[in-house]
Amino acid sequence: MQTHKAKRVEITIEKVMERRLTEALKGAGVTGWSVLPVLGGFGRSGQWSREGQISRGTGLVQVVCITHPDKLDGLLDAAFAVVEKHIGVVCVTDCDVVRAERF
Amino acid sequence: MLQLAADNLLSPIVLSFVLGLGAALARSDLSVPEAVAKGMSIYLLFAIGFKGGVSVSDHGIDVTLGATLVAGILLSFALPLVAFGMLRALSGMSRTDAAAVAGHYGSISIVTFVAASSVLSDAGIASEGYMVAVAAAMEAPAILSALWLISRGQGSADMGSDLWREILLNGSIVLLLGAFAIGAITGQDGLDKIASFIVNPFQGVLCLFLLDMGLIAGRGLREAGVLDRGAIGFGILMPLAGASAGLAAGLLLGLSTGGVMLLMVLSASASYIAVPAAMRVAVPQANPSIYLTLSLAITFPFNLTVGIPLYLAVAQTLTGG
Repeated sequence: MQTHKAKRVEITIEKVMERRLTEALKGAGVTGWSVLPVLGGFGRSGQWSREGQISRGTGLVQVVCITHPDKLDGLLDAAFAVVEKHIGVVCVTDCDVVRAERF
Repeated sequence: MLQLAADNLLSPIVLSFVLGLGAALARSDLSVPEAVAKGMSIYLLFAIGFKGGVSVSDHGIDVTLGATLVAGILLSFALPLVAFGMLRALSGMSRTDAAAVAGHYGSISIVTFVAASSVLSDAGIASEGYMVAVAAAMEAPAILSALWLISRGQGSADMGSDLWREILLNGSIVLLLGAFAIGAITGQDGLDKIASFIVNPFQGVLCLFLLDMGLIAGRGLREAGVLDRGAIGFGILMPLAGASAGLAAGLLLGLSTGGVMLLMVLSASASYIAVPAAMRVAVPQANPSIYLTLSLAITFPFNLTVGIPLYLAVAQTLTGG
């Protein structure tokens, strides 16, 4: 089957910043994304778990989107403007998609 | 006083909290599913808001309502300034962290308010129903004070209209005020229709919710290493300072014994729901471990076990109630 090169961007960010990030992605021309809950983890701020989080200020989500390589810089600029000062990880990987016109 | 403290410490709600606290400290795998905890908090907010509205419907609105609302807002603005001064004097916290913590102590803990209301109800002591609205009004002003403290120190805070909408329309406030309005509109007839749902199971649900809060506080205590001794001392002294301010305001306003006690509780408690969210958006450079640990693991347990009976005893003594 014919496949096409694309970029998969995974942004792990605080839940309170989710809507701001997705608005920025929309503004950068990203046509779709998925939001996944993060159950827990370990990093510079120590161990963290979703269990027992009562505050709306805590908790992480991962926003995953796939984009055409030409749109990557615009996407990253928009995403960084939101996440730069906040806890989070931005990861870009190569991937192949079947329906290139969707990205 | 001692009898009151003993009764409080041996009540099902406090013992449920202690069970959760002990289980978390012992690293038990006991946990309350997130959705269940969320459901219980919705239930408790609805029930307390509704009953407050019914009380206002029964007793009517008077000028004290407006004055108490204004007093609550002023307390919420002013208490962070006191908290900030105490923190800077007692601990080695940075200005930004101290201001972020201070914002939490001007706002309120609705769970502490619910527990205090439950204690009053058990003791057969009446309070002004509109204290629910005062609680809602005290949530946000403290955030402004904290951001002002940060901006005075050349720090930066990202505030936008979106954030204000999120703060003022956060789910807890909407539910609390919405249920209050429904209670005020439908009155005693409305309460009679749903009493079997929002009155009788209330204590049991509160016990389970406080079990979960105990688990959360216990996990927070395990992280208490982020706090120095001065900060821990602040977590106990600040509620007493806040309660004193609430007491003075309550007496000046001429509130009932229950009303004075509830204003003390509101002034003594610290937010761990609305303010942390605002701080994470506006002041990401502030360390969330510090303000969440102080608010959840130090001040909340203090208020629940020692503070509530103490505030009630003082309110009863000074109002003759």
